[in-house]
Amino acid sequence: MSSAATRRRAQSPLGDASPDPFVPIHSVPVRHWGQMVTAAIIVVLFAALVYSLAENPNIAWEVVFENLTAADVLHGLVVTFQLTLVGMAIGLVLGVLLAIARLSNNRVLQSISAAYVWFFRGVPLLVQILIWGNFALLFPRLGLGIPFTDIMFFSVDTNVILTTFVAACVALGLHEAAYMAEVVRGGILGVDTGQAEAGVALGMTSAQCMRRIVLPQTMRIILPPTGNQLITLLKSSSLVSVIAGQDLMTAVTSIGATNYRVIELLLVATFWYLVIVSILSVGQRMLEKRASRGHQR
Amino acid sequence: MSAELQALDRREFMVSAEGVHKQYGSNHVLRGIDLQVAPGDVTCVIGPSGSGKSTLLRCINRLEVPDAGRIYVNGDLIGYQERDGRLFDLNPRALAKQRRHIGMVFQRFNLFQNMTAIQNIMEAPIHVAGASKSDARDRARAALDRVGMLDHQDHYPLQLSGGQQQRVAIARALAMDPALMLFDEPTSALDPELVGEVLDVMRGLAASGMTMIVVTHEIGFAREVGDQLVFMADGRVMEKGDAREVLAHPENPRTQQFLRAVLP
Repeated sequence: MSSAATRRRAQSPLGDASPDPFVPIHSVPVRHWGQMVTAAIIVVLFAALVYSLAENPNIAWEVVFENLTAADVLHGLVVTFQLTLVGMAIGLVLGVLLAIARLSNNRVLQSISAAYVWFFRGVPLLVQILIWGNFALLFPRLGLGIPFTDIMFFSVDTNVILTTFVAACVALGLHEAAYMAEVVRGGILGVDTGQAEAGVALGMTSAQCMRRIVLPQTMRIILPPTGNQLITLLKSSSLVSVIAGQDLMTAVTSIGATNYRVIELLLVATFWYLVIVSILSVGQRMLEKRASRGHQR
Repeated sequence: MSAELQALDRREFMVSAEGVHKQYGSNHVLRGIDLQVAPGDVTCVIGPSGSGKSTLLRCINRLEVPDAGRIYVNGDLIGYQERDGRLFDLNPRALAKQRRHIGMVFQRFNLFQNMTAIQNIMEAPIHVAGASKSDARDRARAALDRVGMLDHQDHYPLQLSGGQQQRVAIARALAMDPALMLFDEPTSALDPELVGEVLDVMRGLAASGMTMIVVTHEIGFAREVGDQLVFMADGRVMEKGDAREVLAHPENPRTQQFLRAVLP
């Protein structure tokens, strides 16, 4: 377009020279009567629920409040937190290795990974916790020796190594790894194949491509399902109370068993589990923001 | 042709593909490709989609494994070691070594999304060639400068336009000091107004004496920059020769038909 034409257009009354004044729109929004009615009904029902709990003669609220910060409960809270974090750490590391093994070209590794997931995902967590908690009944001593002979280099009492806490961590971690393996595998498959291909074309080995290019991009994809897993794991950790795992659930059930205030102590557990879940959810959101680096314009 | 080619002759070519076949199940994608590329030449490969152009390119750096035939790059047999008249598969490490000096530019750029432009370029020099970080940075900046992207070194790929991403991708391949550059439809995924900037970079590269094999639909580029033109259809080389000569006077009826369809 010539400069003369540009000038002519710019000077025309419809052009930029005389922009229309900015007039905000005032319109009547659609009223959502159905929403308002259902909201009102729900508020009434919720108020009734709160009232029935608060005024319930069967709940001794003072017992709830004094046990919220009881020493055993707070200690149990710490143990629950530790079990969750250690279990997830084991699950994440082992899960990444299992996922890589599953997707490798090595048939032996593929089979091991598939068998692992089949077993640890297939056996109920409660059963796995009981097995690890009672491992000494199966193998009273653990040690290093030559298989199919009586030669032992050293051995120790199983209960010395596999304390209740360690057994609980192992049970939760190995079970979690089976699920995390599937989560990570999905994440790796979600990364565009062109990414690794570009690395290979530059002369990188497939291990380098995995470590430097694919896995870092997997993080962004697996964070939401991993957050889910973490919250599930936190709640599943209450199952270790069956081997007296000293966690929050162990604490509230043992207090409840002595003062016969079962419901009050379950309310204590409810409160604390919700608090930790809320904290984890906030942490997850912050991590997701950080991991989406390079994906924001 | 492959039988007559002496080992001595192969060393005169940057690339020598001899009787290359590739099948995906019952789909016979390459049906005996013979192609020689002289050092410093630009070879443009054109043809209808599905004719096997990209597959041939991907066989040269072994992103695809041919089912028959041999490919030599710089005199090296790609993918195998020949001892006592038998072929032994190269292990992954040796294969990676062969790929180091074959640069590749993809249709969809394939820049590492988790790295900035300069990190993309420094990655292979550091982790493949073993360069120091400062040396790699100098090389990366030189490569970025060459494609006119120095100002964007700290941008992530998704913050760049398609044309800019492709220029960074070219710089990434250049930083490994390649003897040969493969371009797989480098402008096909670009908006029309961005094609020119990428072709400009490729023109400069050709002028500097880089050996290039370019799979493309840009007939104008082939005519202007190409030394050799290869027309492929149905997994075969239908016609090849001097680029301007083939484009002006195509002899094969398929070539004539294709050029009539794509030329204005």
